[in-house]
Amino acid sequence: MTESSHDENIELMTYAEVVDVKGFVGNFDVTIRKKPRYVDLTKCTGCGLCTEKCPAKVPSEWNLDMGMRKAIYKPFGQAVPNVPVIDKEHCIFFTKGKCKACQKLCPAGAVDFEQEEELVTKKFGAIIVATGFTQFDPSVYGEYGAGKFKDVITGLHLERMLDSSGPTGGHVVRPSDQKEPKNIVFIQCVGSRDESKGRPYCSRICCMYTAKQAILLKDHYPETQSYIFYIDIRAAGKNYEEFVKRAQREYGALYIRGRVSKVYEKGDKLIVRGVDTLAGKQVEVEADLVVLATAVVPQPDAVELAKILNIPYDQYGFYSEAHPKLQPVESVTKGIFLTGSCQFPKDIPDSVATTGAASVRTCEILSKSELILDPKVAFVNPDICSGCLNCVEVCPFNAIESTKVDGRTVAQVIPTLCHGCGNCASTCRTSAANVSGFTDDQIYAQVASVFEILKKENLLELSE
Amino acid sequence: MSYLNSLDIHQFRNRILSISGEDVSKCIQCGKCTAGCPISPEMDVQPNQVLRMIQVNDQDTLLRCSTIWICASCQTCSVRCPEEIDIAKIMDSLRKLALEAKIPLGEEKVVKFDEIFLESIRKRGRVHELELVMKYNLALRRPFKDAQLGPVMFSRGKLRILGHKIKEVGKIKEIFRDSKRLFKP
Repeated sequence: MTESSHDENIELMTYAEVVDVKGFVGNFDVTIRKKPRYVDLTKCTGCGLCTEKCPAKVPSEWNLDMGMRKAIYKPFGQAVPNVPVIDKEHCIFFTKGKCKACQKLCPAGAVDFEQEEELVTKKFGAIIVATGFTQFDPSVYGEYGAGKFKDVITGLHLERMLDSSGPTGGHVVRPSDQKEPKNIVFIQCVGSRDESKGRPYCSRICCMYTAKQAILLKDHYPETQSYIFYIDIRAAGKNYEEFVKRAQREYGALYIRGRVSKVYEKGDKLIVRGVDTLAGKQVEVEADLVVLATAVVPQPDAVELAKILNIPYDQYGFYSEAHPKLQPVESVTKGIFLTGSCQFPKDIPDSVATTGAASVRTCEILSKSELILDPKVAFVNPDICSGCLNCVEVCPFNAIESTKVDGRTVAQVIPTLCHGCGNCASTCRTSAANVSGFTDDQIYAQVASVFEILKKENLLELSE
Repeated sequence: MSYLNSLDIHQFRNRILSISGEDVSKCIQCGKCTAGCPISPEMDVQPNQVLRMIQVNDQDTLLRCSTIWICASCQTCSVRCPEEIDIAKIMDSLRKLALEAKIPLGEEKVVKFDEIFLESIRKRGRVHELELVMKYNLALRRPFKDAQLGPVMFSRGKLRILGHKIKEVGKIKEIFRDSKRLFKP
């Protein structure tokens, strides 16, 4: 990230979002909302004095509310750029009108409370969507007690605790009493592979990060014992199976094949009632900490962005690729590419690989002055077009626009956006819209020639 | 060993589907039904194994097991199943199939008790405890089991010599007649 911020060919626009996209491949007009961060990017040196002195404390989103941050803050240590942002909702100056401690103390004079939101429109040749994913909310499982019992946490909570710059400085403790846990139960597939919660898909990353966390726990705390309830271990990747084996053999993680039905409190312990389907028996584990491997779900505003970009998405809100095997990083809209978990749950190697592929795909477009297109696209004959514009309504790719010819309104196809689906051709009342190579006349001619051949070969049995 | 080679491997599954409307091919064998079952420690076949036996057409073992009779129909399994399979409903269907098959049942005692209990309800619209206990003990050929509790319960008014009868017994009998029809194939 730091490297990309120094590259002269890359312009980073942080704390900004895309609000509108017009145009087509090689020629996108993108409107971007630059949110005010109230700190001047050009002046700030990133010394951190403002954050240190800020009197307002807020639960840290980055640490999933396990620690506090200030109202002027950087979300995490390695954040790029190394410049803080003011959280308007919690800043004492913005809420009560007094304070400005950061502004008074800033040696560079970078704090600027007058900054305002800015809308910029720029031209781009291609777009890569890499908006990632978020976590499934496990509190919908009443039986697991997430949100009810403090010591039932998610894998991400544990990940933050294992981080040496995290809220606990790398110590794993029970949120309820800050004691080190001894018995840790991991529950896999929380939200994933669950038709009743509307998510029948496998989240793909949980098997591996759970094995990793079990290994790290044993490494940091040799006294701990991990119990992992799983349905199937999905370790399909280079060295993945070996990694899980190592968690079992060298780090003593106990894998139990079966799902957990209930977690309840007993004294200061959590009782996990599950099943060992291989032994055909119910089992109960007395746990100090329960870690839920929650499902990978799309960002809450994924559908909103898909509508702005005009790209299709599936029933969960993951973006759809043009072809699952042959065009895995292309969206159906030309010039818009997908990478990472906004498409479906991916682990780090997969995300890196698809990002590389998507980048090369964009280079393919940007390195040429002309674009080679599939010739089988639609066209409108302006002489007979009645200008009803029904075709504009039915086009799934926004590839038809209205234009004026000799003062008449007629439809016009943008060939770079058209996919040749033929919706317009079948809707057109005057047969003005057609797909190249598949005009009505051509199709009639094809049918006629088929009959001719059949007649010649005496394969046609005509019944009068 | 041989049940996997039967002619129609999905026969049992389809039978259950047609009776209960529940498709066991959806089951991914996660075991959550067994994990939450309050009777599981007493069962000879665990709930997830019940579904497995339907999947692999092992009708002979399943219809003779005791699990289907001691299932309490509490429906914890049905509520927590991630595939939304109503397992309690499948247990009901299995009981029906076992009765129809006229084979030795896994829990004859439970079936006997149910019969006597329902007969008492059919006759009076309400259970008559004394008659129930005596008939049940006679059926099991141990007439004096728990007999020492009788006088104590009697003196506290918990047992009556004559059973109570509700006003509209006719309606109860009608319900019985209607539900009997469900058992005819």
